[in-house]
Amino acid sequence: MDNAESLIFVQGCWKSFPGKTRDEPVHVLEQVNLEVREGEFVCIVGPSGCGKSTLLNIIGGFLRESRGAVRVAGAAVEAPDPRRIFVFQENGVFPWLTVEENVGFGLMSRPASERAERVEHYVRMVGLTGFEKSYPRELSGGMRQRVEIARALAADAEVLYMDEPFGALDFLTRLKMRADLIRIWQAEKKTVLFVTHDIEEAVQLADRVVVMSRRPATVQETVTVDLPRPRDLDAPGYLAARDRIFAIMGMDVHGGGAGGDPL
Amino acid sequence: MRMNFPQTRAVLLPALTVAACLMAWHWLVKLSGTDLFPTPLEVARGILELGERGLLAKYITASLFRVTWGFFLAVAVGVPLGLALGWFRSAYQALNPVIQILRPISPIAWIPVAILWFGIDDTAPVFLIFLASVFPITVSTTAAVQNMQLVYLRAARNFGIRGPQLFRRVILPAALPQIITGVRIALGIAWLVVVAAEMIAVNSGLGYLIIDARNAGKRYDLVVAGMVMIGLIGLVLDLLIRRLETFDEVRWGYGQR
Repeated sequence: MDNAESLIFVQGCWKSFPGKTRDEPVHVLEQVNLEVREGEFVCIVGPSGCGKSTLLNIIGGFLRESRGAVRVAGAAVEAPDPRRIFVFQENGVFPWLTVEENVGFGLMSRPASERAERVEHYVRMVGLTGFEKSYPRELSGGMRQRVEIARALAADAEVLYMDEPFGALDFLTRLKMRADLIRIWQAEKKTVLFVTHDIEEAVQLADRVVVMSRRPATVQETVTVDLPRPRDLDAPGYLAARDRIFAIMGMDVHGGGAGGDPL
Repeated sequence: MRMNFPQTRAVLLPALTVAACLMAWHWLVKLSGTDLFPTPLEVARGILELGERGLLAKYITASLFRVTWGFFLAVAVGVPLGLALGWFRSAYQALNPVIQILRPISPIAWIPVAILWFGIDDTAPVFLIFLASVFPITVSTTAAVQNMQLVYLRAARNFGIRGPQLFRRVILPAALPQIITGVRIALGIAWLVVVAAEMIAVNSGLGYLIIDARNAGKRYDLVVAGMVMIGLIGLVLDLLIRRLETFDEVRWGYGQR
């Protein structure tokens, strides 16, 4: 571990919400520690409803932690920041704007020519050339997610926070989006913190997979996936990492138990 | 009858309904043997007569003039007020009870007060139309802002948008489909109220025509002529305002049908 503090630094983070009775708050996060270095691609996996989205929302500045330290780039997180853009699960694009207006949303302070250039560049990067004047309702779910990713990239965000961004897409679209995201990440050198409940997705994407427990959630273990990209889904290293995460989450893929997503 | 052409069907079906209604009307008048209530044909002659005397255009203009003023004033007040009430919690808490007390008071109940304040000229009906339409616009705008999807707000804040920019670029466009629905309802109410107001507070307009035709010689053909014109203009106004719903910036808010 190097001496410099990681880009994203979470230590002893708790989050509680008021419960039904006044004396018993519901603990969602309990003593979470997490570090993400610059340029890293980190996935957070965990059972549905475990609080991984809550953690991402805290890091993104939309929620406040109840206790603990949450710092990004050395400063405590108090509000969302345009240098770090959140990609939502669905419907995060503005339906009243066209594709190009959405992609250019974060660029209003820049000169028109630069704006047009960046919009064109990122629309092309996510494969939506020809759809610049379309409205989100005219696009498929996968295309809308591409618009949102392009909007985040065009704003020149250093960090992308992605909250199950492909969760609402069909299987084939999801595979394609993963490959595209890796390609874009390699080209753009962003830091990505990616929440998903899909273990396969996490292992295909991440440098490191942070496995969270059931509620109240804490980090159970971190699995490093040191495999070249694009990843061979039949390679022994891939399968080993995947099975390791299944095992941490209490699923035995070879024992005739339930495979796939633990829902 | 099989009708495979949607456009033909869209014209033919309502035309048939209207024809059936006119037939029923005609025969009911004939069967009842009344000599006061007019047949559709007599009403049509009444409309022609009004047209020839120059009253029709004059009264329609007068009514539309009042509705236009009252309605646009209501939009100009109701939309910003609704945006503020929907966004600022304390403004909502302070003002909403007053609005909910004023809202159920029928505009008709305001007529004596309006005459007291504004006398017998155009201001009184304009005021009544304003009162009638400002509340639906305010309430629907408030609800639109309060029900706005959190994700739009978060995305906007994430891009550093706040203050007036947030209203202009996110809150208003996000609320616009529902605002338009409120505005459409308000225009219908405005058109209802102008007729009532003209029966009492002024001496021109379609409402005045109806009450005048009845009082001066029981001309029920002209009474019903006035009613038919009110209905037809109401239809045209609704068709016009519905065009707002077809703009690309708001189409997303009205389902996929």
